[in-house]
Amino acid sequence: MEVLYFAWVRERIGLPKERVETSAVTVAELVEELKAREERYAAAFADLSALRVALDQELAEFDAPLAGVREVAFFPPMTGG
Amino acid sequence: MRVAVQEAPFDFGAEAEAFARGAEGAGAVVTFTGVVREADSGAMACMEIEHYPGMTQKALEQIATEAMSRWDLTDALVIHRYGRLAPGAQIMMVATAARHRVAAFDAAEYLMDYLKSRAPFWKKEILQDGSADWVAAKDADEDALRRW
Repeated sequence: MEVLYFAWVRERIGLPKERVETSAVTVAELVEELKAREERYAAAFADLSALRVALDQELAEFDAPLAGVREVAFFPPMTGG
Repeated sequence: MRVAVQEAPFDFGAEAEAFARGAEGAGAVVTFTGVVREADSGAMACMEIEHYPGMTQKALEQIATEAMSRWDLTDALVIHRYGRLAPGAQIMMVATAARHRVAAFDAAEYLMDYLKSRAPFWKKEILQDGSADWVAAKDADEDALRRW
Protein backbone atom coordinates (compact mmCIF):
# COMPACT_ATOMS: atom_id res chain seq x y z
CA MET A 1 0.00 0.00 0.00
CA GLU A 2 0.99 3.64 -0.34
CA VAL A 3 1.72 5.39 2.95
CA LEU A 4 1.64 9.21 2.89
CA TYR A 5 2.90 11.68 5.46
CA PHE A 6 1.96 15.35 5.80
CA ALA A 7 3.16 18.44 7.70
CA TRP A 8 5.52 17.71 10.62
CA VAL A 9 5.00 13.96 10.26
CA ARG A 10 6.47 14.25 6.75
CA GLU A 11 9.33 16.40 8.04
CA ARG A 12 10.12 14.06 10.95
CA ILE A 13 10.12 10.93 8.82
CA GLY A 14 11.89 12.71 5.97
CA LEU A 15 9.73 11.68 3.03
CA PRO A 16 6.26 12.46 1.69
CA LYS A 17 5.28 8.91 0.76
CA GLU A 18 6.51 5.38 0.39
CA ARG A 19 5.33 1.96 -0.64
CA VAL A 20 4.94 -0.39 2.32
CA GLU A 21 4.45 -4.15 2.19
CA THR A 22 2.70 -5.17 5.37
CA SER A 23 0.54 -7.89 6.85
CA ALA A 24 -0.77 -5.53 9.55
CA VAL A 25 -4.48 -6.04 10.17
CA THR A 26 -5.20 -2.61 11.65
CA VAL A 27 -3.76 0.90 11.41
CA ALA A 28 -2.37 0.51 14.95
CA GLU A 29 -0.45 -2.61 13.89
CA LEU A 30 0.97 -0.76 10.88
CA VAL A 31 2.08 2.05 13.21
CA GLU A 32 3.87 -0.49 15.45
CA GLU A 33 5.67 -1.94 12.41
CA LEU A 34 6.76 1.51 11.26
CA LYS A 35 7.89 2.54 14.77
CA ALA A 36 10.10 -0.55 14.99
CA ARG A 37 11.93 0.42 11.78
CA GLU A 38 13.96 3.43 12.80
CA GLU A 39 14.20 6.19 15.36
CA ARG A 40 12.67 8.80 13.02
CA TYR A 41 9.51 6.71 12.71
CA ALA A 42 9.42 6.09 16.46
CA ALA A 43 9.71 9.86 16.98
CA ALA A 44 6.95 10.68 14.49
CA PHE A 45 4.53 8.14 15.96
CA ALA A 46 5.46 8.67 19.65
CA ASP A 47 2.12 10.26 20.56
CA LEU A 48 -0.83 8.93 18.59
CA SER A 49 -3.19 11.42 20.24
CA ALA A 50 -1.30 14.10 18.25
CA LEU A 51 -1.93 12.26 14.97
CA ARG A 52 -4.79 11.62 12.61
CA VAL A 53 -5.13 8.94 9.95
CA ALA A 54 -7.02 8.71 6.67
CA LEU A 55 -7.71 5.45 4.80
CA ASP A 56 -8.24 5.88 1.07
CA GLN A 57 -8.70 9.62 1.71
CA GLU A 58 -11.37 9.31 4.40
CA LEU A 59 -10.67 10.07 8.06
CA ALA A 60 -10.49 6.90 10.16
CA GLU A 61 -9.57 5.62 13.62
CA PHE A 62 -6.35 3.86 14.62
CA ASP A 63 -8.20 0.60 15.31
CA ALA A 64 -9.67 0.56 11.77
CA PRO A 65 -8.95 -2.54 9.63
CA LEU A 66 -6.59 -2.23 6.66
CA ALA A 67 -8.19 -4.93 4.49
CA GLY A 68 -8.61 -3.63 0.94
CA VAL A 69 -7.05 -0.25 1.75
CA ARG A 70 -4.71 1.15 -0.92
CA GLU A 71 -3.66 4.47 0.62
CA VAL A 72 -2.93 5.31 4.26
CA ALA A 73 -2.09 8.88 5.28
CA PHE A 74 -0.74 10.07 8.62
CA PHE A 75 -0.84 13.73 9.63
CA PRO A 76 -1.28 16.11 12.57
CA PRO A 77 -4.69 17.57 13.44
CA MET A 78 -5.79 19.73 10.53
CA THR A 79 -5.56 23.53 10.58
CA GLY A 80 -7.62 24.76 7.65
CA GLY A 81 -9.74 27.85 7.38
CA MET B 1 -22.60 24.46 -5.01
CA ARG B 2 -18.97 25.01 -5.93
CA VAL B 3 -15.77 23.96 -4.18
CA ALA B 4 -12.37 25.16 -5.41
CA VAL B 5 -8.94 24.24 -4.05
CA GLN B 6 -6.32 26.42 -5.68
CA GLU B 7 -2.92 28.02 -5.31
CA ALA B 8 -3.87 31.17 -7.20
CA PRO B 9 -5.44 34.18 -5.47
CA PHE B 10 -9.17 34.73 -5.88
CA ASP B 11 -11.04 37.99 -6.31
CA PHE B 12 -13.23 38.15 -3.22
CA GLY B 13 -15.37 41.00 -4.51
CA ALA B 14 -16.00 39.40 -7.89
CA GLU B 15 -16.73 35.99 -6.33
CA ALA B 16 -19.15 37.46 -3.77
CA GLU B 17 -20.89 39.55 -6.44
CA ALA B 18 -21.28 36.62 -8.85
CA PHE B 19 -22.50 34.37 -6.03
CA ALA B 20 -25.11 36.90 -4.86
CA ARG B 21 -26.33 37.54 -8.41
CA GLY B 22 -26.70 33.81 -9.04
CA ALA B 23 -28.49 33.12 -5.76
CA GLU B 24 -31.97 32.58 -7.19
CA GLY B 25 -34.71 32.12 -4.63
CA ALA B 26 -32.50 33.26 -1.77
CA GLY B 27 -33.39 36.06 0.62
CA ALA B 28 -29.99 36.09 2.33
CA VAL B 29 -26.37 35.75 1.26
CA VAL B 30 -23.56 35.50 3.82
CA THR B 31 -19.87 35.65 2.90
CA PHE B 32 -16.76 35.13 5.02
CA THR B 33 -13.12 35.43 4.07
CA GLY B 34 -10.08 34.34 6.09
CA VAL B 35 -6.92 36.45 5.94
CA VAL B 36 -3.30 35.54 6.83
CA ARG B 37 -2.55 37.28 10.11
CA GLU B 38 0.85 38.03 11.65
CA ALA B 39 2.37 35.27 13.79
CA ASP B 40 2.15 35.63 17.59
CA SER B 41 5.83 34.75 17.86
CA GLY B 42 7.29 37.53 15.71
CA ALA B 43 7.53 39.05 12.27
CA MET B 44 6.19 36.60 9.75
CA ALA B 45 7.57 36.34 6.22
CA CYS B 46 4.78 34.12 4.94
CA MET B 47 2.31 31.38 5.71
CA GLU B 48 2.79 28.08 3.94
CA ILE B 49 -0.31 25.95 3.54
CA GLU B 50 0.16 22.27 2.79
CA HIS B 51 -2.74 20.05 1.77
CA TYR B 52 -3.55 16.47 0.79
CA PRO B 53 -4.37 16.82 -2.92
CA GLY B 54 -6.29 13.57 -3.29
CA MET B 55 -8.48 14.19 -0.26
CA THR B 56 -8.99 17.96 -0.02
CA GLN B 57 -11.56 18.48 -2.77
CA LYS B 58 -13.57 15.45 -1.64
CA ALA B 59 -13.53 16.47 2.04
CA LEU B 60 -14.65 20.01 1.22
CA GLU B 61 -17.43 18.73 -1.03
CA GLN B 62 -18.69 16.45 1.75
CA ILE B 63 -18.73 19.36 4.22
CA ALA B 64 -20.48 21.68 1.76
CA THR B 65 -23.03 19.02 0.76
CA GLU B 66 -23.88 18.46 4.42
CA ALA B 67 -24.37 22.22 4.92
CA MET B 68 -26.56 22.44 1.80
CA SER B 69 -28.97 19.78 3.03
CA ARG B 70 -28.94 20.70 6.72
CA TRP B 71 -29.92 24.34 6.17
CA ASP B 72 -31.74 23.86 2.88
CA LEU B 73 -29.36 26.30 1.21
CA THR B 74 -30.05 27.49 -2.32
CA ASP B 75 -26.28 27.62 -2.96
CA ALA B 76 -22.87 27.38 -1.30
CA LEU B 77 -19.35 28.31 -2.33
CA VAL B 78 -16.02 27.30 -0.77
CA ILE B 79 -12.64 28.49 -2.09
CA HIS B 80 -9.49 27.47 -0.21
CA ARG B 81 -5.93 28.26 -1.24
CA TYR B 82 -2.68 26.42 -0.57
CA GLY B 83 1.00 27.28 -1.06
CA ARG B 84 2.89 30.34 0.19
CA LEU B 85 0.79 33.32 1.23
CA ALA B 86 1.99 36.72 2.47
CA PRO B 87 0.50 38.36 5.58
CA GLY B 88 -2.74 40.07 4.60
CA ALA B 89 -3.45 37.64 1.76
CA GLN B 90 -6.85 36.01 1.56
CA ILE B 91 -6.61 32.30 2.36
CA MET B 92 -10.16 31.18 1.82
CA MET B 93 -13.77 32.24 1.50
CA VAL B 94 -17.17 30.72 2.00
CA ALA B 95 -20.52 31.99 0.79
CA THR B 96 -23.96 30.66 1.62
CA ALA B 97 -27.36 31.54 0.20
CA ALA B 98 -30.65 30.68 1.87
CA ARG B 99 -34.24 31.87 1.98
CA HIS B 100 -33.64 33.32 5.44
CA ARG B 101 -30.72 34.99 7.17
CA VAL B 102 -30.33 32.67 10.17
CA ALA B 103 -29.82 29.63 7.96
CA ALA B 104 -27.24 31.47 5.84
CA PHE B 105 -25.26 32.62 8.91
CA ASP B 106 -25.45 29.24 10.68
CA ALA B 107 -24.42 27.33 7.56
CA ALA B 108 -21.45 29.69 7.03
CA GLU B 109 -20.31 29.13 10.62
CA TYR B 110 -20.74 25.39 10.22
CA LEU B 111 -18.63 25.46 7.06
CA MET B 112 -15.91 27.44 8.84
CA ASP B 113 -15.88 25.14 11.88
CA TYR B 114 -15.59 22.03 9.74
CA LEU B 115 -13.04 23.56 7.35
CA LYS B 116 -10.80 24.31 10.30
CA SER B 117 -10.74 20.81 11.76
CA ARG B 118 -11.85 18.35 9.07
CA ALA B 119 -10.32 19.58 5.83
CA PRO B 120 -6.76 18.31 5.25
CA PHE B 121 -4.82 21.59 5.35
CA TRP B 122 -1.83 22.35 7.57
CA LYS B 123 -0.46 25.83 8.16
CA LYS B 124 3.17 26.67 8.77
CA GLU B 125 4.35 30.12 9.82
CA ILE B 126 7.69 31.08 8.27
CA LEU B 127 9.28 33.96 10.17
CA GLN B 128 11.59 36.62 8.78
CA ASP B 129 14.53 35.15 10.74
CA GLY B 130 14.13 31.92 8.74
CA SER B 131 12.62 29.85 11.55
CA ALA B 132 9.33 28.08 10.99
CA ASP B 133 6.53 26.69 13.15
CA TRP B 134 3.59 24.47 12.34
CA VAL B 135 0.38 26.03 13.59
CA ALA B 136 -1.07 23.74 16.27
CA ALA B 137 -4.74 22.83 16.19
CA LYS B 138 -6.65 24.37 19.08
CA ASP B 139 -8.89 22.38 21.43
CA ALA B 140 -11.43 25.17 21.01
CA ASP B 141 -11.63 24.38 17.27
CA GLU B 142 -12.44 20.74 18.02
CA ASP B 143 -14.96 21.80 20.69
CA ALA B 144 -16.64 24.09 18.15
CA LEU B 145 -17.74 21.04 16.14
CA ARG B 146 -19.80 19.70 19.03
CA ARG B 147 -22.36 22.46 18.81
CA TRP B 148 -23.48 21.14 15.44
